[in-house]
Amino acid sequence: MPEVLKAPLTVEFPFTRSLGPVQSAFLTGLRERVVLGVRTGDGRTLVPPVEYDPVTAEEIRGLVEVAATGTVTTWAWNPAPRRDQPLDTPFAWVLVRLDGADTALLHALDAPGPDAVHTGMRVRLRWAEERTGAITDIACFEPYDGEQGELTGHTGEFEDPVTGIVAPARLDYTYSPGRAQTAYINALAEQRNVGERCPSCRKVYVPPRGACPTCGLATSEQVEVGPHGTVTTFCIVNIKAKNLDIEVPYVYAHIALDGAGLALHGRIGGIPYDQVRMGLRVEPVWTEGARYPDHYRPTGEPDADYDTYRELL
Amino acid sequence: MNREIAVVAFAQTEHRRTSEELSEVEMLMPVLHEVLARTGLKTADIGFTCSGSSDYLAGRAFSFTLALDGVGAWPPISESHVEMDGAWALYEAWTKLLTGDADTALVYSYGKSSPGPLRDVLTRQLDPYYVAPLWPDSVALAALQAQALIDAGDTDEPALAAVAARSRADATANSHAQLRGSVPRGEYVVRPLRTGDCPPIGDGAAAVVLAAGERARELCERPAWIRGIDHRIEAHGLGVRDLTDSPSTRLAAEKAGAFQRPVDTVELHAPFTSQEVVLRKALKLDDSVRVNPSGGALAANPVMAAGLIRIGEAAARIHRGESDRALAHATSGPCLQQNLVAVLEGDPR
Repeated sequence: MPEVLKAPLTVEFPFTRSLGPVQSAFLTGLRERVVLGVRTGDGRTLVPPVEYDPVTAEEIRGLVEVAATGTVTTWAWNPAPRRDQPLDTPFAWVLVRLDGADTALLHALDAPGPDAVHTGMRVRLRWAEERTGAITDIACFEPYDGEQGELTGHTGEFEDPVTGIVAPARLDYTYSPGRAQTAYINALAEQRNVGERCPSCRKVYVPPRGACPTCGLATSEQVEVGPHGTVTTFCIVNIKAKNLDIEVPYVYAHIALDGAGLALHGRIGGIPYDQVRMGLRVEPVWTEGARYPDHYRPTGEPDADYDTYRELL
Repeated sequence: MNREIAVVAFAQTEHRRTSEELSEVEMLMPVLHEVLARTGLKTADIGFTCSGSSDYLAGRAFSFTLALDGVGAWPPISESHVEMDGAWALYEAWTKLLTGDADTALVYSYGKSSPGPLRDVLTRQLDPYYVAPLWPDSVALAALQAQALIDAGDTDEPALAAVAARSRADATANSHAQLRGSVPRGEYVVRPLRTGDCPPIGDGAAAVVLAAGERARELCERPAWIRGIDHRIEAHGLGVRDLTDSPSTRLAAEKAGAFQRPVDTVELHAPFTSQEVVLRKALKLDDSVRVNPSGGALAANPVMAAGLIRIGEAAARIHRGESDRALAHATSGPCLQQNLVAVLEGDPR
């Protein structure tokens, strides 16, 4: 079996999320060093507060301040913090019921070790130095043996409430393309286009994905196609893509390589963009050291007859 | 409306730490072919196809559309997909058969956890405002639940270790299992959970064929009739819930008719040892019931497929005549957030 191809793949998004009125008040409160809960119809105080009663689904809007001190309701010692977690030294995950609240909030507890943590222990909230209106405005909790924290008397009305959060998320993967695509990519590196044939309907897929979507069968017979092909359809790109050093306008086309049962896509060069047409015969242009064709250019052959590629649009 | 619907075939991969030499559809296809071969059906004979998977696991956008190549979905077939464990895909297929729109359904699910950091990937399913920005990983959340159980006197670390040992001992008879035999308790991953309390991380796929009424009897010698199936969910906030109990599981079981008569076999989807304790309590299971003869999710936990595998394992025991009435459970989300219960029965022998 050939060596498995692998490449790092990072998926990263800054998710921008709008807030409901209760979420907005809670997160704005954190920015202002005030902890707010919300009252349910039956008189319980939920912290962190939500927009709808989790039991009755009733819309709840009554804000009430709670203390920045509380009691651990359960905990778990994390000996090896992971990226983006609240603390980068070993800490306890805790659910904390703040004084005045009936439900618990998830966060980190900065403690010297697991022996210093137990359910029922008293803790106090430690504010982050820089606060923006996010759950991370709470840096963490810390052990505390003093009195219940005092309330500021805040009403939950703010002059400049936060209306949204930006939550960055990044996940790092190792991508491996699988058997069929590995073979395809390896052949491309040798400047060959190799597809795979369905054992049932005999269609040749380029690039191959390992399965025939019509028959639901594994493709395995490798078939070299091209190098020449026919433009089956195309579009003219007028907007420059970020980080792409290609002058606009240019043509991006579906190209049916000779012998292939479906078209792949690629850029057309070596011809003015407004002279590209359906049926144009093209060949790949390889650049030194590249693992795939840079673009396709006209071969000079007569245009292909429409009937030869009508099923490959 | 009162159509009888049964699981008539089940197949699964050998679950492994990595399947990096295969794409998702390449991993899935042998399982699809195996489950169809058991019934003699071809993909073209299937009335409805439903799958469950999550693109976040392997970081491949729209991977489920590529996986559809494996069922011959072109020209278009009647199909659907849920971004959930395959057990929920099975639920959708069951409702589709109930309507009479189809007589057979192919349900499959797969997960490739090997390309990504699974513990971190799973944080992306959490409340995006108050919880996800803290990146509490899947083991940390399960550990909070485990500690709550210990504090409540429902279990202790030796009891949890016994759950792990029993599961992996049972898995020695399961050739598909990833982790079997004697497995050390290991170090704390997130205390009180040790490596032995956690499921193996790996890749795998599973598939089931459902059929209605007489069609089921034609396709399977002893169909596993779905007598009831229901799914329920807990409140969103972890701190709102009683983590030592699972009222949603109990309610789903009640609605599925699980408590009407005793079952002889139970397949629980409890990825962590402590979660078996919660589920046993919620379902009022005593030691007379055989729990997770397959080894359960502690032996193989391909995310998105492990719940469907519970239904498949329970059904396969009925097919083989090793069970007459079984309960299968699937879960999704942190700390048993959402739970599905199915009750399966074989015809009297």
